[in-house]
This record gives sequence, C-alpha cells and structure tokens, in this order.
Amino acid sequence: MTGLGIALEVLLGTIRDVLPIATILLVFQFVILRRALPNPRGIAIGFAYVLLGLSLFLIGLEEALFPIGRLMASQLTHPEIVGVAASTDWRDFGWIYAFAFAMGFSTTIAEPALIAVAIKASELSAGSVRTWGLRIAVAIGVAVGLTLGVFRIIIGAPIHWFIICGYIVVTIQTMFAPRSIVPLAYDSGGVTTSTVTVPIVAALGLGLAETIPGRSPLIDGFGLIAFASLFPIMAVMAYAQITEYRNKNRAPETTRDMGEHASTGSKEGEEA
Amino acid sequence: MRSLQTAEVEITPGMSWLHRVLGRLSESGRDLLPIIVVIAFFQLVVLRQPLPQLGQMLGGLALVVLGLTFFIRGLELGLFPIGEAMAHSLASKGSLFWLITFAFALGFGTTAAEPALIAIAEEAAQVAAGAGVIGTDSGAMDAYAFGLRLTVALAVGFSLVIGVWRILKGWPIHYLIAGGYVIVMVVTAVAPREIIGIAYDSGGVTTSTITVPLVTALGVGLASSIKGRNPIVDGFGLIAFASLTPIIFVMVYGMLV
Repeated sequence: MTGLGIALEVLLGTIRDVLPIATILLVFQFVILRRALPNPRGIAIGFAYVLLGLSLFLIGLEEALFPIGRLMASQLTHPEIVGVAASTDWRDFGWIYAFAFAMGFSTTIAEPALIAVAIKASELSAGSVRTWGLRIAVAIGVAVGLTLGVFRIIIGAPIHWFIICGYIVVTIQTMFAPRSIVPLAYDSGGVTTSTVTVPIVAALGLGLAETIPGRSPLIDGFGLIAFASLFPIMAVMAYAQITEYRNKNRAPETTRDMGEHASTGSKEGEEA
Repeated sequence: MRSLQTAEVEITPGMSWLHRVLGRLSESGRDLLPIIVVIAFFQLVVLRQPLPQLGQMLGGLALVVLGLTFFIRGLELGLFPIGEAMAHSLASKGSLFWLITFAFALGFGTTAAEPALIAIAEEAAQVAAGAGVIGTDSGAMDAYAFGLRLTVALAVGFSLVIGVWRILKGWPIHYLIAGGYVIVMVVTAVAPREIIGIAYDSGGVTTSTITVPLVTALGVGLASSIKGRNPIVDGFGLIAFASLTPIIFVMVYGMLV
C-alpha cells in the first residue's frame, strides 16, 4: 500500500474511534442539556487537533517504531540470541529482562494518555505532583512490571499468584500513602497501557511464549499488560511517600502539601 | 490557557508564536528520546545490526513528534474543556438519572468500539476454541468474541457509574478498590484457567488515549462542581474502576459460556 493510502486508513480509523465518543457528547450536550458549549470554536479546533495528532502519531509509530520494536522482540527471544536452544532456565534470558525493562520505561514516557493525566494532576495539585515526577514513577512501575511479567512467562508460573501478591502490596501501601495520591495512583495503572506500549509488549510476550518449550502463546502470551497496569500503582504511591518524607525532613511545617494539605478539607479529615 | 503554566518549558505571553511552537515540538521530542535511545542501543550493541531503513525511521519519528504535539494541544483546547464543561452542566442540571446515564453511555460507547479490545477478544475466542469451551467454527468464535466485547463494554459502563456515584457520595476510593480486589481473588479461584490471563489483560486495554483525558476531565469537573469535594482526592479514580471491573466481568463471562 502507498504511504498516502496508509495515512488515509489511519485517519479514518481514528475518526471511527472518536465517532461514538463525539456522538454521545453531542447528544447529551444538545438534546438533554440543551446548552451551548462555552467555546465551541476552540473545542472544535481542539478535537480536530486531537484527531490529526493521534493519526500522525500512529502513522509515525507504524513507520518508525513498531516494525523495529517487533523485530527486536522476536530477535531477542530467538533461541540463537538466547544462547541455549530450548532453554527453560530463567537465568539465560538476561537481555530479554533488560529489553522488557527499557522498553517498558521508554514507551511509557511517550504515552499520550499518561501525559494528559500528568498535566491534569499537576494543575490540580498546584504543582506538588510534578508532571515529570509522576511520569517517571509510572514508567519505572511499567518497567518493573514488564520485567516480572517476562520472568513469569519464562518460568511458566500461574499469573494470578503474582497479581494477588501485587494486590496485597497495593493494599498495604494504601494504608501508609498520603491520602490525596491514592486515587491518582490507582488511575495510573489504567492509563499506562495504550497506544505505544501495547503493540511492542504484545510482540514480546508472543515471541517469548513461542520460543520457550512448553509455553502456549495463547495462554502464556497474555498477562504482560496486567503486570504493566499493576506495578505503576505501587510506583506512584512509593513516589508520593518518598516526596512526602523528603519534604517533611526539609521543612517540617510548611510543605506537607502532597498528603495532608489537600485532603483535610472534606470527609478525609478523620483519616488523615 | 491556564494549563500552559504546567508545561515544563515556561511559556510567557511575550514569546513569539514560533518560539511557542518550537518549544512544544522540543517537548514532544524529549518524550520520544528514551525510545530512540533504547532501540538504538539494543539494535547496535546487543543485536549488532545496522538500523534498517534509517530514512523511513527518521521520517516516521518526525510524524510522531508532530502528532504528539498536536494531540497535547488538542487536549488542552478540546478534550479537557468539553469534559469539564459537561460535568459542570450535568451537575448543575441536578438530574441524577441523566448524570448516571451519561457516565454509562460514555463508558459503554467508548469501550465497545475500542480497537485494542476487538483484537484481544478475537485472540480470546481462539483460546476458548482451543480449550474446547466453544466450537472451532468461525460462527461460534465470532459470537464468543462479540459477547466478550459486550461484557467488557458493560463492565466499563458500570464502572463509570460506580465511580460517579462515589464522587457524589464522597466515599474514599480505597475501600471500593480493595473490595474489588477481593472479588477478583474469589472469582479467580473458580474461573476457568484459560480465561484468567485474558481477563487480567482486558482491564488494561479498555482505556484508550481519547477516553482517558475525557473521563479524567469528567471526574475532575464533577468533583470541582460539587460542594465539599476536592478535585484531586475525589476527581481521580474513574479510570481505576474502569480497569478493575472488566477483570471480574470477563471471568464471570468465562464461567457462564
């Protein structure tokens, strides 16, 4: 297919994805609320930018990153690179762990949905949650999660034990984390895995499950995304705890802003 | 323009248009830099191979940078304002019914058409056919995949309803999420083994790049227009529910089919 053909196809695909959302918004705005939008021209331009931007983004990824990312995932999981053909010893896969970690981190930094949430969070917290701090925390979470997920595929352990342990850690962390970060931390699990991360991660999982004897791509290839959604929750809460701890040490009275400050206003008072 | 203040590069009104555009482009470039470094390192050092089609790659990267810049700008101009404006008008209209209907429609509508979900539903149908749960003919597999998509869409619609309800009531999020975790664990114990990996993954794929900013703006707008709610404590959390309920719903679907 020609470049223009691909471009058109991607643009149409993006419009198709936006169409249900736009329909719901328009029906509610004009049929049920019967209210004019505050700045209709700006919003229309914004939507056009989102469509154009997302399409260009996807076309570029398809041109530049996904082919080589997929190729590298399959090459790294190839028995020749692993070194020992048909190995099931988890220690033989050093570069794959490194690749999973590095890819998890770097693709998350470029994830547009995460940038959106980070902008909003920084705006609302008056800067006490920094956009880069949040994004780096989430990226580290995804990196660790993917590395562990790859380890799980290699040793062939059932996924639910890992996830349940993760839930327990999250629950314990929740008790100690600053109250105002908890909803944001829980949210960051869901935003991490969208446009950039999923295709490369899927290629990695599939390649691994095909290379390692005794693994089924269909059963063991799944689950990496679940790991990538769980670990950012821990990472963001840890980030908030570290920030709070450092602020406490630096200026005991003024800057406990991350936790207590924002939440004492409402019903969280008795908790904090 | 208030969200400009949160951007990393300080943008003052006096700066020229070109400066602003270049500033935004370079921010997007910086977002992309880690991927480029990682790919170059693995390709050149670990795999010891040249970068294939360097020209095409550079052209693609330029598109990615440009696309990301447009997307972020569109976010500030379009998605965030409309999400918050609708949350405000729904809250001031005071109709619980329409607010809940809106939340459900947004969750259901955006998820049913989600491409990542369509892909994962087809793979899940293959797993189910392979395990002998359903027939291996394409009719049975299509029906299974469609049922799965419907299940996840219902789950996300339902989750936004719970999430909005929680914002209205001002409940702390962690009790609800912890309760959700307990349900996940209990259902995992009785669900068929083949569905578990897919169920856990389906939680992560439901929230797309356009849905996330909209849903975030909805929550934040709602929390800031209700008295006694704090946008950061009460406004976030909708996406957390949207990633948790599909896990439960999909496992239940796997048990019923």
